[in-house]
Amino acid sequence: MSELDLRTAAASAAPARRARPGVGELLALGFVLFLLAATIVPGLISPFEPNAISARDAFQPPSLTHWFGTDESGRDIYSRVVAGTSTSLLIGVSATAIGLVLGLALGILAGFGGRVLDFTVNRTIEVLFAFPGLLLALLVIVIAGPGPVTATIAVGLSTAPGYARIIRGQLVSIRTSAYVESARVLGHGPFRILTRHILPNALAPLLVLATLGIGQAVVWAAALSYLGLGAQPPAAEWGAMLSAGRTYIGTAWWLTVFPGLMIVLTTIATTVLGRSLTRRTAGNR
Amino acid sequence: MTHILDVDQLTVSFGDTTVVRDLSFAIGQGECVAIVGESGSGKSVTARALLGLAGRDSQVSASMLTLSGRDLARATERDWRGVRGSRVGLVLQDALGSLDPLRPIGREIGDALRLHSRLSAEQARTRVIELLTLVGMPDPERAMSQRSGELSGGLRQRALIAAAIALDPPFLIADEPTTALDVTIQARILDLLASIKDRGTGILLISHDLAVVSAIADRVLVMKDGRFVETGDTRTLLENPREEYTRRLIAAVPTDKPRRTPLVPSETMAPAPKTVPMAVQDASPPVVLSASGLVKTYRAPAGRFRAVDDVSLHLVRGETLGLVGESGSGKTTVARLILALTDADAGDVLLDEEPFSALRERERRPFRRRIGAIYQDSLSSFDPRLTVRRILDDAVALAPPDDRSTVGELLDAVGLPQSVATTRPLYLSGGQRQRVSIARALASRPEILICDEPVSALDVTVQAQVLDLLDRLQAERGLSYLFISHDLGVIRHMSDRVAVMKDGRIVETGHATRVFDDPQHPYTARLIADAPRLAAPR
Repeated sequence: MSELDLRTAAASAAPARRARPGVGELLALGFVLFLLAATIVPGLISPFEPNAISARDAFQPPSLTHWFGTDESGRDIYSRVVAGTSTSLLIGVSATAIGLVLGLALGILAGFGGRVLDFTVNRTIEVLFAFPGLLLALLVIVIAGPGPVTATIAVGLSTAPGYARIIRGQLVSIRTSAYVESARVLGHGPFRILTRHILPNALAPLLVLATLGIGQAVVWAAALSYLGLGAQPPAAEWGAMLSAGRTYIGTAWWLTVFPGLMIVLTTIATTVLGRSLTRRTAGNR
Repeated sequence: MTHILDVDQLTVSFGDTTVVRDLSFAIGQGECVAIVGESGSGKSVTARALLGLAGRDSQVSASMLTLSGRDLARATERDWRGVRGSRVGLVLQDALGSLDPLRPIGREIGDALRLHSRLSAEQARTRVIELLTLVGMPDPERAMSQRSGELSGGLRQRALIAAAIALDPPFLIADEPTTALDVTIQARILDLLASIKDRGTGILLISHDLAVVSAIADRVLVMKDGRFVETGDTRTLLENPREEYTRRLIAAVPTDKPRRTPLVPSETMAPAPKTVPMAVQDASPPVVLSASGLVKTYRAPAGRFRAVDDVSLHLVRGETLGLVGESGSGKTTVARLILALTDADAGDVLLDEEPFSALRERERRPFRRRIGAIYQDSLSSFDPRLTVRRILDDAVALAPPDDRSTVGELLDAVGLPQSVATTRPLYLSGGQRQRVSIARALASRPEILICDEPVSALDVTVQAQVLDLLDRLQAERGLSYLFISHDLGVIRHMSDRVAVMKDGRIVETGHATRVFDDPQHPYTARLIADAPRLAAPR
């Protein structure tokens, strides 16, 4: 009887081959590693002090000494970009974390709290969805006052509804899934089913989503700083650098192009990684 | 006889994998040839290659491929377009997917007509009504304006056949045309195909089901792993198969095989223990499960819909009760009520004569391990994150502490190699997954198994293995089965007693032999008459 079966077992027992990472994924990974280095040991990869003023060197175009040129006070833009990484990433990551935690709380409330709570949370989320996310963040800052910490909280708050919606959907679909039902049929208790089946399956895709969210949070944080509502000059923050450089955009393009490029590249890199994670974990389902 | 289709040395490959190798056959006018094989045998790819639809990545070659006198061995896409529809029609299994859900049936069929002919809109309309009448659509005028989603499975398949024969092609390919249909509807569709054959159309029928094939095919061609195995006229092939593989296929068909006879003739399998089932041993075997007066209604657009209507049944230790009925008859709802996954509107389920359904979930939980369940779609019943070992470990933890099997023993019991333990079910074959789900059900040491269409998604030879396994486990462990299926052959082979369901009610119940040999209710009689069996064509 099992001759046929065993052969298929041999053929299929090997786990599915993981796709080899593509060029894009490797580049993205490389860039994220660079960002991490810039966050942890900025001194090692930046040749100058980010805030060292030198009037003589003002407005130097990119050269071998100053890779990204210098700004109006003669500060080295490359060093400032590196120094700004930690601020931008920190805001991006913590804003995403705030969004996730809040979203998780709201999502669990809606997913498990019964019909009335589900209705209330869902309608609240819909109202929040009606405003553009950045506008919501602005509202928070208007109430709480500008600064990097409030900017982080603002961005976190405005991303929470999206996460809440996704978590609720996951929880509801998993709660009614065939495997949760078969765990019930076997006689497992609700706590065990929650911790063993529902939460792990609901959260795994969420972590992937969060990777995608970091890029978005970085952009929003930079936007707030650009508007003067986040990190304040002379702090080396990408959005603040953009804002400071915009006066000279006609004469010294490098003041704005390089910080801008960093924002764009960070977003692209985290998005590429997030998508590749999505694809890889989706193959395991 | 003039051949409508002549194929010589057809080979289809995708990259380095050859899926069909050197296949040669011919189909004459008014002849039906069936290609039979398990999934992956290359039968559907063959059908697609004959339509020039094998796909962009495929390499198709044949030393001869003629369709009603036209040489298509080197046909271009443009050539094929002239052939499809007018010279060869196609009927697929999934009628819902093959018809545009947003367009009325009449337009769908009319398009095929007008694409290849010069009929006016009015003429086309008349012809479509003719066609729908021909395929036995009850109200052709009305069906014209209906969309595929508004039709039932059987009617949809009729519409699809009408579209396929709209241009009166001399050759029709039917790829698993009845697989998704209920028995009574399947019988009607087979009748329809037979009548199309009688009008002189050559038919290539693709099926995994020998019983279906034997109803209309004149000749059968058996395929395995892309290779030709053997061919012959249907009666000869069924009665005197030359090849071992064909014999296995025929033996695996459960219809008309007596209860408790293995379907897989094999020396490698340990003979089933000779212990007499407990149902026969005891003078009055105990009733382990009983359900009385179960009612479940659902809200429907037109008032309340009674999915289960006053159903009572009981299960004796060591016996199998077969619950048979067509889709929508309420079989699965009965299973859910018995498992207390759905609350009944009325009625009780007793386990060992103690209340089960009446308990609160918290009180019931300790008793749940005693009723196991296996399902048709076993994959979705496994947490996708867990390996087989963890799935089984979780279930073992529910068995009484002094009576626990190890994962290894469980895998042995269901005939799976130990290496499976570290794998996730996604990477197993359908038959292996069903074995894992049986092992999981056994892990908590249940007395009762609810089997809801456990073999409906499996190939016939794999189905035979799983049925044999269930039989053996029952004999070894004195399990009681509630075996739910739409397939009468499977039910008859597996059941001691049978209950027939229709529209939420049990219309007939009794000893399996009695019900099948001497059905009392007209519906039962019709079901039995319509079930395909291995026999020469009508």
